[in-house]
Amino acid sequence: MKSRLSVITALLSGLIFGFGLMLAGMANPAKVLAFLDITALWDPSLALVMGGAIAVGFMAFKIAGKRTSSVLGLPMNIPTLRAIDKNLVLGALIFGIGWGLAGICPAPAFVLFGTGSIKGIVFLISMLVGMGVFELIESRHK
Amino acid sequence: MTIYWNHFTPWSALAGGGLIGISVALLILLNGRIAGITGIIGGLFKPAKGDVAWRIAFTFGLIIAPIIWLLFGKLPEITIDANYGLLVVAGLIVGFGARLGSGCTSGHGVCGISRLSPRSIIATLAFMGTGFLTVFIARHLLG
Repeated sequence: MKSRLSVITALLSGLIFGFGLMLAGMANPAKVLAFLDITALWDPSLALVMGGAIAVGFMAFKIAGKRTSSVLGLPMNIPTLRAIDKNLVLGALIFGIGWGLAGICPAPAFVLFGTGSIKGIVFLISMLVGMGVFELIESRHK
Repeated sequence: MTIYWNHFTPWSALAGGGLIGISVALLILLNGRIAGITGIIGGLFKPAKGDVAWRIAFTFGLIIAPIIWLLFGKLPEITIDANYGLLVVAGLIVGFGARLGSGCTSGHGVCGISRLSPRSIIATLAFMGTGFLTVFIARHLLG
C-alpha cells in the first residue's frame, strides 16, 4: 500500500514538474537559448525559474533534513556525497555544452517528447543513448 | 549585456519555478526522493527491486504534462531551432555529461542548490559556464 501510494505521488510530482517547466518557458528551447545568450539581448527569465524553484525547495529540504523517514514512511534518500571530484566537474562541463547546443536539458526532453514533437523525440532518444554509453563505460571500469 | 525586456517573463517564470519547487517538495517529503531527472532515469539502467515503479511514474508524469495541459488550453510556444544532426549530437552530450556529473539542471541546479550542496553549486556553475560559452561560440563566433 505504502509503495503503491508512493507511485501515485511520484506521478503527481512528475506531472507538476512538467506543468512548471511549461509555464516557466523551460520547455521552449528557444527561450532557454535566449537565457544562455548573455552577450546579445538577454532574457533573464530562467534565472527567476531557478530562483522560484529554489525558494520552495530550500524550505522543503529544511523540513526534510529533520526527518528520518518520509511522510509515507519511506527512507529519506538525501545524497551524502561531499567530495568535489573530477567526474562531477567534467560531467557538468560536458552537460553544459550539450545544453548550450540545443537548449534542452533532461526534464524538458521528456515534456517535448510528450508534445509529440519529432525533434523532441530525436533529442530524447539520443540523450538516452548518451546515458547508456555512460553506463557501458562505467561498468567496464569496475 | 542588455536585457531583452520584450521577452522577459518574470511572473510566469517565478510561478513555473514555484511549481517545480512544489514538485521537488512533494517528492522529497512524501517519497524521500530527489527530483533529479538524470538520477531518476539513471536508476532505470540498473533496476533494483522495488525501486522502478516510482521512477517510471515520475517520468510518465513529465511526458503526459503537455497532454493534460491540452485539455485546458493551448500549449505554450515551443521552438526548436536546432536541426536533426545537432539534436543528436546535443542529446548524446547531454545524456553522457549529466550521468558522468551525477545530475543536471533539476538534480544539481534546483534540488542540490536548495540543500546548499557544495557539489551541486560547483556543478551548476560549471554547466551554466559551458552553456553560456557554447551559445556565445555558436551564435557570435561561428554564427
